[in-house]
Amino acid sequence: MREAAEPSSRAGRLTAAPAILMLFAWMIVPLVMTLYFSTQYYNLLYPGRTKFVGLENFTYFFTYPSFLTSIVNTLLLVGSVLVITVVFGVLISVLVDAKFPGQGIVRMLLISPFFIMPTVSALVWKNLLMNPVSGLFAWVFQLVGLTPINWFSDWPLLSIILIVAWEWLPFAILIFVTSLQSMDQEQKEAAQMDGATPVAIFRHLTLPHLARPIAVVVMVESIFLLNVFAEIFTTTGGGPGDATTNLPFLIFTQALLEFDVGAASAGGLVAVVLANLVAVFLLRLIGKSLTHA
Amino acid sequence: MKRMNPIHTALMGLGLLLGADAAGAATLTIGTVNNGDMVRMQSLAKAYEEQHPDVRLHWLVLDENTLRQRLTTDITTGGGQFDIITIGAYEAPMWGRQNWLMPLEGFSPRYDVDDLMPNVRKQLSVEGRLYALPFYSEGSITYYRTDLFAAKGLSMPAEPTWTEIRGFAEKLHDPARGVYGICLRGKAGWGENMAIITTLVNAFGGRWFDEKWEPQLDTPEWHQAVNFYVDLLSTFGPPGPSSNGFNENLTLFNAGKCAMWVDASVAGSFVTDKAQSLVPDKVGFAKAPRAVTDKGSSWLWTWALAVPSSSRQKEAAFEFIQWATSKEYGQLVAQHHGISAMPPGTRLSTYTNGEYLQKTPFALVTREAIQTANPDSPTLEPVPYTGVQFATIPEFQAIGSMVGRQLSGALAGFSRVDKVLHTSQGAVRRTMKRAGYYDQNGVPGAQR
Repeated sequence: MREAAEPSSRAGRLTAAPAILMLFAWMIVPLVMTLYFSTQYYNLLYPGRTKFVGLENFTYFFTYPSFLTSIVNTLLLVGSVLVITVVFGVLISVLVDAKFPGQGIVRMLLISPFFIMPTVSALVWKNLLMNPVSGLFAWVFQLVGLTPINWFSDWPLLSIILIVAWEWLPFAILIFVTSLQSMDQEQKEAAQMDGATPVAIFRHLTLPHLARPIAVVVMVESIFLLNVFAEIFTTTGGGPGDATTNLPFLIFTQALLEFDVGAASAGGLVAVVLANLVAVFLLRLIGKSLTHA
Repeated sequence: MKRMNPIHTALMGLGLLLGADAAGAATLTIGTVNNGDMVRMQSLAKAYEEQHPDVRLHWLVLDENTLRQRLTTDITTGGGQFDIITIGAYEAPMWGRQNWLMPLEGFSPRYDVDDLMPNVRKQLSVEGRLYALPFYSEGSITYYRTDLFAAKGLSMPAEPTWTEIRGFAEKLHDPARGVYGICLRGKAGWGENMAIITTLVNAFGGRWFDEKWEPQLDTPEWHQAVNFYVDLLSTFGPPGPSSNGFNENLTLFNAGKCAMWVDASVAGSFVTDKAQSLVPDKVGFAKAPRAVTDKGSSWLWTWALAVPSSSRQKEAAFEFIQWATSKEYGQLVAQHHGISAMPPGTRLSTYTNGEYLQKTPFALVTREAIQTANPDSPTLEPVPYTGVQFATIPEFQAIGSMVGRQLSGALAGFSRVDKVLHTSQGAVRRTMKRAGYYDQNGVPGAQR
């Protein structure tokens, strides 16, 4: 059996080789180019002056005045959106899990924001909802006699967090609602017969059941939230000051506002390392609950 | 509908990119800014296409920042996407020196190159050779509401100082009735807030660099000027000024919400246009405010059309930019949009035209702002750079955007002006050091 399997698996590997090589090149060529550019002084406006500078681009990027703020903003953004989507995601899913007329439509409406492009939803929020003069929120505020909030200049990061959370909450709801459907109804009914309150059922049955989907939501969202860019670009442009500059946006300013390819490449690599750190951390923290739960 | 094979679609897309001129007519791709005058040019250019049936114009109209990104990446990498580009007084001499632009020679006799304003022409030339033709040119001036001034018995001097402006703003600021004392640019960007801030710093006697390229941001002049600006705009300005650029302020002024506004003279034709402005006949014009000096207190900027060296249609492109910056084009604009709408600030003949002077209330103040700005000696103390509200060095883009971002944060109240200026000083010096303006020990001037 063994001898027979060996050649065919070798043949299999051989036939798969071109595809694997192709994928490898697909991945490695941009990475190597970024590595190469990160060691060069390369400013698009100075074509004749490109030269090897070792690690200078990295020290330059790390000591850039906006660097620390951008890391803090990135983590704040990811963290707050995760908390909002998980907490409200669980609560809303439990609410719409109970039978009521029009359940299908409500669920569909809850999930639909996820399918709107980030740029479009950012524009809608910026111009139709949060605009301090003509937005819906301003109108509501004026209706009750309050001064409208100047969202993007007074609470810039909060505004971005609200927009991004609005986009990702449906994703969490989608996962949680699906998972709640697989919950053991007999167990729940038994608990009710024993006189357990809805809160106790939620605390001791629903939440443990949702542990695994919560882990999935946190993992998937973290990866995507580290890259939030379109929402910031279309609303605040990273400002005022550095108030909404996250790591991707900082790299964008290096590459396309300052035309400094070297520093931008260094920043790109820093972002890769950060993303990996977050991934490892999350895997350690949550991956365990995925295997043990 | 028949579904298209994706490969077929891709090939067609490639074909469009590579050889749209295969159809016979030469297609000129024009990249330009979404400012009012250029949008007008796009509609009037139909006349050019009628006269030149062998030329088709393909327009790409973008906002200033996006256009600059597209143009810079295209031209520095020799992409060849554009035949005609809209650039400013900052790019033209630098890109000309790099041979990224076609030197302009052999004008048609009707063009009358000597009619171009000398100050403007100099901004677009390298060693006396033109690399771009001026489409319109601007200085900065003070706009004010004559009706509001009259109601309070105030009168605007022809050459106001910033202290006087502050006094007026205090008296006219009336947010309860929707009128703010002063509107100024606060949106981050070297071409947005830094334009007005640099002229303010100049007026307070400051400069970007000393003769040895040492940044001067942590000097008393900068602190005074920026603190004055932040205080003035956050006390007597509209709400959320850190998101207002030129276009936002224009909208505010046209809606009658600004008692004063210091900005580009090119807005003159928009604030006096009955179709756009609620206050077309209530606008007064004065020089840009001065402080300890009037040197560099008004900026000088020119939007110009140029032909990249990478264009494959240089002859046709050169002919088009001559048309778009000609006297005939000015006449065409006058016919369609009224004589005050003629592109301002580029041709001497515009300002000898009696009808134009009579019907255009901002003509003389514009001309003076342009003629008195001196990019070769913009500040009270000597500087190693040219340019009034920017320094014509490649690094300025990085420096200006960074400082602009920091200062917009200070304006929004996220950090203190003094701290921001101190940080910016260090950051600007780092950028300059990286670009080789100082030697290994940080001593200025060694490598240049």
